[in-house]
Amino acid sequence: MNRRHRLRLPALVAAVAAAALAAASCSSSSSAPSSSAATASAPGITTTQILIGSHQPLTGPAAPGYSEIAPASNAYFQYVNAHGGINGRKIKYTYLDDAYDPSKTTSVVHQLVLQDSVYAIFNGLGTPTHLAVASYLNSSKVPDVFVASGCGCWNNPSALPYTFGYQPDYIREGKILGSYIKQHFAGKKIGYFFQNDEFGQDGVKGLSYEIPHSQVVSQQSYVPTNVNIGPQVAALKAAGAQVVVLFAIPAFVALFKLASLKLSYNNPTLVASNVGTDPSTLAGLLVAFAKQGGATVSGNALTQGIITDYYLPSVGNTGNSWIALFKKVHDTYIPKLPFDGNVLYGMAVAYTFVQAMVKAGKNPTRADLVNAINGGLPQGPVVAPFAFSSANHSGVTGMYMGSIENGALVQKGPVLVTDDTPTGAVTTYTGTEQTAPASGMP
Amino acid sequence: MREFIQFTLGGISFGMVYAAIGLSLVLIWRGTRILNYAQGTMAMLTTYVAFTVIGHTGSYWAGFTTALAAGLVLGALIERTVIRPVENKPPLNAVVVTIGVLVFLEGVAGIIYGGQYRSFPAAFSITGLHAGSLALGISLNDCFVAGAVLVAALGLAVLFRYTPAGLRLRAAAFNAYASRLLGVRVGRVLTLGWALAGLIGALAGVLVSPATFLYPASMDSIFVLGFTAAVIGGLDSPVGAVAGGLILGVALNYVGGYLGPNLEPIFGLAALILVLMVRPSGLFGTLVARQV
Amino acid sequence: MTMARHAGAALAAAVVIWALSVSLSAFRDYQMADVAVYVVAIAGLTVLIGQSGQISLGNGAFMAIGAYATALLQLHLNWPLWALFPASAVIASVAGVAVGVAAARLRGPYLAGATLLLAVALPYFATQFPGVFGGDQGLSVTVTAPAALGATFPPTRWLAWVNAATALIVLVLLANLARSRIGRSWRAVRDDETAAALAGLNVARLRILAFVVSAACAGLAGAMLAVYSSQVSPGAFTVTLSIALLTGAVIGGLGSLAGALWGSLVVVLVPTYVTDVATSHGLSGAVAANIPVAAYGVVLIAVMLIFPEGIQGGLRRFWGITPPAATTPLTRLTLRRRPPASEHQEEGTT
Repeated sequence: MNRRHRLRLPALVAAVAAAALAAASCSSSSSAPSSSAATASAPGITTTQILIGSHQPLTGPAAPGYSEIAPASNAYFQYVNAHGGINGRKIKYTYLDDAYDPSKTTSVVHQLVLQDSVYAIFNGLGTPTHLAVASYLNSSKVPDVFVASGCGCWNNPSALPYTFGYQPDYIREGKILGSYIKQHFAGKKIGYFFQNDEFGQDGVKGLSYEIPHSQVVSQQSYVPTNVNIGPQVAALKAAGAQVVVLFAIPAFVALFKLASLKLSYNNPTLVASNVGTDPSTLAGLLVAFAKQGGATVSGNALTQGIITDYYLPSVGNTGNSWIALFKKVHDTYIPKLPFDGNVLYGMAVAYTFVQAMVKAGKNPTRADLVNAINGGLPQGPVVAPFAFSSANHSGVTGMYMGSIENGALVQKGPVLVTDDTPTGAVTTYTGTEQTAPASGMP
Repeated sequence: MREFIQFTLGGISFGMVYAAIGLSLVLIWRGTRILNYAQGTMAMLTTYVAFTVIGHTGSYWAGFTTALAAGLVLGALIERTVIRPVENKPPLNAVVVTIGVLVFLEGVAGIIYGGQYRSFPAAFSITGLHAGSLALGISLNDCFVAGAVLVAALGLAVLFRYTPAGLRLRAAAFNAYASRLLGVRVGRVLTLGWALAGLIGALAGVLVSPATFLYPASMDSIFVLGFTAAVIGGLDSPVGAVAGGLILGVALNYVGGYLGPNLEPIFGLAALILVLMVRPSGLFGTLVARQV
Repeated sequence: MTMARHAGAALAAAVVIWALSVSLSAFRDYQMADVAVYVVAIAGLTVLIGQSGQISLGNGAFMAIGAYATALLQLHLNWPLWALFPASAVIASVAGVAVGVAAARLRGPYLAGATLLLAVALPYFATQFPGVFGGDQGLSVTVTAPAALGATFPPTRWLAWVNAATALIVLVLLANLARSRIGRSWRAVRDDETAAALAGLNVARLRILAFVVSAACAGLAGAMLAVYSSQVSPGAFTVTLSIALLTGAVIGGLGSLAGALWGSLVVVLVPTYVTDVATSHGLSGAVAANIPVAAYGVVLIAVMLIFPEGIQGGLRRFWGITPPAATTPLTRLTLRRRPPASEHQEEGTT
């Protein structure tokens, strides 16, 4: 009985190997006759459809706000589908909930790769969650594009050749904020308020590359599960910080403002990471306190004057061609969601993906997509160039500084670019930004 | 010294909320010998009700009273439907049922209201109060929170001690069998106990939601700490719940302020284990003798 | 004889699992590995609750200890798989001794509360000492199939084999334990603590032993989880995990090892199935993701109210089998409980 089973195993292996060889020869684009017909050139690609997947926190602690990103990307994909698709193929975007739990992330990503056979994993969200699956995706040679996290860990072409970042990483952001503070707040006392994980810690690292150590009077961290940040704010006040840099999520930027009111800590200038300063999200969090916070002012008053950075056009900048395009997509496909920074982000990264797919060719293999991005991508909606090359898999290289005025982000200077090394300089970007194509498709 | 004052006063506001949750847990425990793991999510749901009412009417106090009324109704409803069948069963059944209610209510809130954080108004001003030039680190609203919980606790004490309903509640908790013989409608009394607990929990929810923002899981960590407060104080002692809540709130603030926010849950665990090792029934709880 | 019988059953199951693993898809193999993790953890918990009568809401914390032990031992000492698993179980049981001793005098909700807080607080140790534990990002764990199996051997199948084999071994050991003198002593303490003490059993030591066994199982399950998801981080060990273990134990049938299997299948397979159904009906992603949450709650309540013995109890009744005394579920012991009146009487003034 056992021997029969044992003999079957090598036969099984041989059959699998033969099938693999056959599949490989079919999908090799160089040997196929050149034709304009669409073929099933890779897993997830059929003649009519491109299937991509993602893991997103749709429930759980990270869901507020972030759960809008995937529907927004999907809205832009639907727009593309309605306008002919990519080389005649429609994009199908399957995003599964991982509740920000890394073991669940491994589960759903295995499901997407093994069961649904997606072509690529797109915009996987979260640092600890995506770290759980990055090596798996690379060893399975599945393109892992435009990770939704600012960790510098996605820029690792030698160990993770199939993984690409998207947004500016937190060290870059820290450097740009830091150089702005160094210029405009020389001699003032600086305090840090940061989330106690790699988002906050990388941000502080970037800040420390620019801001002289002697200026920093207090560094306070918080954990997202503990909303009582009174002690930290009290410590910053006691140290006399005149400028406070916040690497915090919107809820904790809002809580910082509220705690400052309670402790009568009214004068510090707040400089915050773009992660926490989407103006409508912040205003929404603070709207119930506006009346108590001051006289008869709107919810926006509490966000007035917060200095921040951004790498996309401001949502309030209705004259911008990208905002007009994405607003149109939003109003058509996801009118119930607010048109805020999360939705803008989702659509922008979807646009970049479509650009990459177009560049990958008529009948792309998985390697074609990777090579397309390694060859560099046009900026599209983002304000600074991508760093994509075969030696660098990090995304946007910079952002502009701005401040929140009357509930909208107003640009206050040129686009600044840098790298994420301790000594790389922060320079002004002299190139031009792109305008949206009239058709809305790259 | 200034920091110490700020830490102490700042801890009182959250501490009173833990006390309120602890109080509602004690209320249910004394009446039905069940630990209601769903207390936090019940409070979350009633706060959403208040949020909806405030959104429609623009009046905070309309929302406030609606939440309290909803708490009464929700508590009674849950007791009558899912708790009554497990009241005389082994304690594990009730544990699982209340956890089931917890999960169910969170899912329902997520479906109806979505997961995003909502801004919930405070009753009074949140700007800090001053003693001369010293910023005290509390606001008028914090005083209201502390006052409201105290009034509720005192109200409960008066209810228990001086009203016939309170006497019936105490009798049913002490000896349900004998009370039934004396004409007390034990079932109705237990429902009343749960309703009152729902009320106190709803109060805790609306009091703390300005500081935590409102979302389906917003009361989870508050519940854990309220639960800890009740256990530290002793599950059959209302005084213990209030004392436990205050002590816990202030102590955690000291830990967070002097040592770091990451250590607070660890400290909470250490405190709980320490107290229970010395007094297994809590600081103010009565010792249970084992019948031989 | 018992050992032979259990080992025989395990061998038969092993053959079935092997057949499934080679004939089903790679993803199903992966799910098998996932189910095996829960089987081990839930089996340990169901023995603790069902056989020894103690409620623990904190077994997720022991899983975390086992998982981090595996990651650290592999990272610093490069131990192989067959050493990592037992080592993690041992380390978790040491923690189990500590918790068991601290909680030995606690009963009922006090024990539940202490274990709940343990589950809440333990992940914070990882972020408190990020240099050792990798902080929020955690540590990675690498597991490769042995070269002897060939280069094209699917890695998911190896995971399924490793985890399933471990689960079978654990089930055999636990089954033997349940039938042994220790198991009988546990059930004596569970049913009537005072009588057991009078009969000469060392109640405290037995309770701690039960805790240690369940902690060891949870630690082993944590090691299996680390291997299966190839990384450990605090986000995987929230309170939700501990609650999932408890609900799996109850839904499957408390005190029953077969129940551990049913419970694991429910916990692993049902939520994704419900989400798929919800999304296929066109419900938006966020609403669809919350429906399994609400459904989960309903299932818990329904099972406790209607089928307190869980799936295994229901199956037994269906087949007309009376459960052996060894596995009388805790939830059916209404006859043994003293009437409420006297229980309240012993306490002092209100």
